Amino acid sequence: MSNKRIDEPTGVETVGHEWDGIEELNNPLPRWWLISFYMTIVFAIGYMVVYPAIPMLSKGTEGLWGWSSRGQLAKELDEAQAGRAATLAALAQVPIEQLPANPDLMRKAIAGGRAAFRVNCVQCHGSGAAGGIGYPNLNDDDWLWGGNLKEIETTLINGIRQPGNAQTRTSLMPNFGKDGILTPAQISDVADYVLSLSGKAPMNANGKLAFEANCVVCHGADAKGSRAVGAPNLSDAIWLYGGSKDQVVGSITKAHAGVMPAWGGKLDPVTIKMLAAYVHSLGGGEDFADAPTNPAAGTTGNAKP
Amino acid sequence: MQSPESVPASLYEKRKAVFPKAVDGRFRRLKWLVMIVTLGIYYITPWLRWDRGPYAPNQAVLVDLAHRRFYMFGIEIWPHEFYFVAGLLIMAGVGLFVITSAVGRAWCGYSCPQTVWTDLFQHVDRLIDGDRNAQLRLEAAPWGAEKIFKRAVKWTIYLAISFWTGGAWIMYFADAPTLTREFWAGDAAPVAYGTVAVLTATTFLFGGFMREQICVYMCPWPRIQTAMLDEKSLLVTYKDWRGEPRGSVKKAEKNPGGVGDCVDCNQCVAVCPTGYDIRNGPDIQCITCALCIDACDKVMVQLGRPRGLIDYATLEDCKLEREGQTPRPISRALFHTRTLIYVSVWSAIGFALLFALGNRQRLDISVQKDRNPPYMLMSGGELRNAYTVKLRNMESRPRPMQVTIDGLPGGTMWTDDMPSDKAARTLKFDVAADRADPMRFYVVAPAGTHPQHFEFKLKALDAEGGEDESKVRFDAPGEEE
Repeated sequence: MSNKRIDEPTGVETVGHEWDGIEELNNPLPRWWLISFYMTIVFAIGYMVVYPAIPMLSKGTEGLWGWSSRGQLAKELDEAQAGRAATLAALAQVPIEQLPANPDLMRKAIAGGRAAFRVNCVQCHGSGAAGGIGYPNLNDDDWLWGGNLKEIETTLINGIRQPGNAQTRTSLMPNFGKDGILTPAQISDVADYVLSLSGKAPMNANGKLAFEANCVVCHGADAKGSRAVGAPNLSDAIWLYGGSKDQVVGSITKAHAGVMPAWGGKLDPVTIKMLAAYVHSLGGGEDFADAPTNPAAGTTGNAKP
Repeated sequence: MQSPESVPASLYEKRKAVFPKAVDGRFRRLKWLVMIVTLGIYYITPWLRWDRGPYAPNQAVLVDLAHRRFYMFGIEIWPHEFYFVAGLLIMAGVGLFVITSAVGRAWCGYSCPQTVWTDLFQHVDRLIDGDRNAQLRLEAAPWGAEKIFKRAVKWTIYLAISFWTGGAWIMYFADAPTLTREFWAGDAAPVAYGTVAVLTATTFLFGGFMREQICVYMCPWPRIQTAMLDEKSLLVTYKDWRGEPRGSVKKAEKNPGGVGDCVDCNQCVAVCPTGYDIRNGPDIQCITCALCIDACDKVMVQLGRPRGLIDYATLEDCKLEREGQTPRPISRALFHTRTLIYVSVWSAIGFALLFALGNRQRLDISVQKDRNPPYMLMSGGELRNAYTVKLRNMESRPRPMQVTIDGLPGGTMWTDDMPSDKAARTLKFDVAADRADPMRFYVVAPAGTHPQHFEFKLKALDAEGGEDESKVRFDAPGEEE
C-alpha cells in the first residue's frame, strides 16, 4: 500500500497512496494552523466548563457561570419590565382626562392597552374588538354607557351588572312577554314600530301606542335611549342583540342582561387606564364634551409632527 | 500501521519568514501610488463633509445604522432601496472579474488591503531594521539590547498603524469628529471599542506577522482566480526560453550562445513580498505585484541585455515568442472578448443603477388595510373601514402634502388625530423631513355602499411636486359590484 516517492516536478514527497494514477503530495500545513487548532480545543474545553454542556442522567451540567436560556429570558423580561417602569409611573400619575393632551403617553397607553386587551378581553369582544350578538362592538360610535375615556374607564373598573358593586353599570328591562305585561300581538306591533324608526319596517300605529305606554320611560319618546340608565338607542343601525324582527321580539319578550366583570379588582389601575385608551382609540371614542381636547387634533393641517 | 521511520519529520511547517529587499522601478512606483490613493481614501473619507441642510448629517460618506440610512455624497439610501447597495456590491464582484480577465491578479498585487497593509508594514521593517540583509542578520541575532529595542519600536509602530486602521473604520458609522471626541472621553458605544479592538488586533496580526500566509493558506480569491485565468490572461512570467540555462556573466563570455540571459542573481526572489521564485512558473503564491520585473530589469540594464526577462505576458504570447514570432501588442491582451463581456455586464448594472437613481420617487404612500374587523357598521348605518397609512418623505426638509380619496362615492376620511366631524375627501399634512410615520385613517362611506376598490392619492403641494397613489379595498357587506 505505502509507496512513497519524491514527486519529480515539485520535489515534494507523496503520501504514498494512489487512486487510478492520481497521487497526493504531502505538503505540510503551516504551524500556526496547528496552533489555532489547539486553541479551538482549549476554547471548547473552557466552554464546556463554564456553560451547560454535558448531558447527565436527569439533567445536564450547569456550567460555572450558571447561564441558562430560561434564566436569560427571565433576565430580559425583568429588563423589559424595568424599561417600562417610567412609562407606567407616568401613566399612574396622569388622570385619564389629561391623557389626550399628552400624545406620547397616549400612544404608549394604547400600545399597552392593545396587549392587555389580547389577554383579558378578546374572549368576549373578539380579537378585533368587533364583538358579536350580546357582546358589544367596541369599534363603532354607539355606546351604552358613554364613550369618553373616563366613562370607559368607569365601566371597566366596575363592570356591568356586578352584584355587590355599588358603582356597577346596571339596567333592568322588564320581561314584557314572559311576565305577561304585553301580549304577543302587542310585542309584535312594538317590534314593528321600533324597527320602523330605522327604516327597517313600515310604521305601526298600535306599536307606537304600546311603545309610548311602556318603553319611553327608559328609551325616551324619540327612542334614542339614555346612557344614564343604560337604555340603548333603538333608532340607530346598531343592535346588540340583533336587529331582525324575531330578535327584537325575543328581546322584548325576555330581556337580555349581559354582564362584564368588574376589572377594578382584577387588574391594576394603570392597566385599566391603558385598556380604556385602547378601546377609545378604536375609532368610536368620544371626546370630553366640556373639556377642550388635544389642541393639535382640532385642525386638519398638522395631524402629525 | 506504518513503521515509525515512514512518518515524515513534521506534518507542520514553521513559517519561513520573508525579508523582501527594497527595489525601485516603474511597478514599484505604481505600487506606491496605489498605496497612497487607497490608504488615503480609507483614512480620509469619513472626515469629508457634505452639506445636506439641517435635517440630515453632514458627513459625506456615512452608514447610519441607528437611523437606517446610508449617505454617500449627494445620494441617500433608505432601507427599502437597499438594492442600490446590493447593486454596488455586485458591481464590485463583477469588477474583480473584469480586472482578473484583463490584467490577471492585479487586485492581489496592488490594491488588496492585505497586500497594501503588508507592504506598509514591510516598509516599517526596512525603516527600523534596515534592508533585507540587515533584517536577516537581526533575525538570526540573539536577543540583546539592540534587538529588543528595535523589536519594541517596530511593534509599537505596527500597533499604532493598526489602531489607526481600526479607528478609521468606525468613523464610517457615525459622525467622525463627534465619535472621535466620545471615543477618547470614554463615552462611545461599547461596540465602537470592540470593533476598534478587533480590527487593531487583526491588522496587527495579519499585516505584521501573517502576511503572505493569508494569501497562500486562507484567502479564497487566489483559488477562484486560478479558475478564471486562461491562456489570454496577463501573468508575471519568467521567459525560460530566454533565461535558461542559467549561467554567470563569466560563463556567458566563455561560451557565447550556450548560456541564457538569467545570471541566477536571485534578485527576483529577494524582492518578492511572498518569498516566491517566479522562475518556477505561475503559482498561487505569486500575487503578480511585478516587483521581480523591476528587480530583473535593473539587472538586465546593468548587464546591457534587453529588459523583460521577467515580464507581464500571456501564455499565448509566450508561445508565439518561444517560436520566434512577434508577440501581439499588450492592448490585445487587455481587450479580449471575455473582458469586454465582463465590462458590458459591469456597465449595464452601473447604468441600470444610475437610471434607477435618477428616477426614484422622493415621496411615497403605502397603505395597509385593517382586516379585523374588515368593516364597521356605524350607528347611522354608514360603513367604516380603517387603514394604516404611511406617508414617506425622503427629502431632508418638511413638505406639505395632501391625500385625496379617488373613487368611493360619498366617502370621507379622518385620522385618529382629528375629530371625526372634520372628515373630508382631502386631508392636508405637513410631513416631517426624512420620516415615514404611520397614521390611522378612518374612511366612512354611506349606507348601502358595496365592497369596492379605491385609491389614496398623495400629492406634494410644494414647488417640487410629486405624486404617488395606493389602490386599496373598501370592505362592506354584500358582493363587489
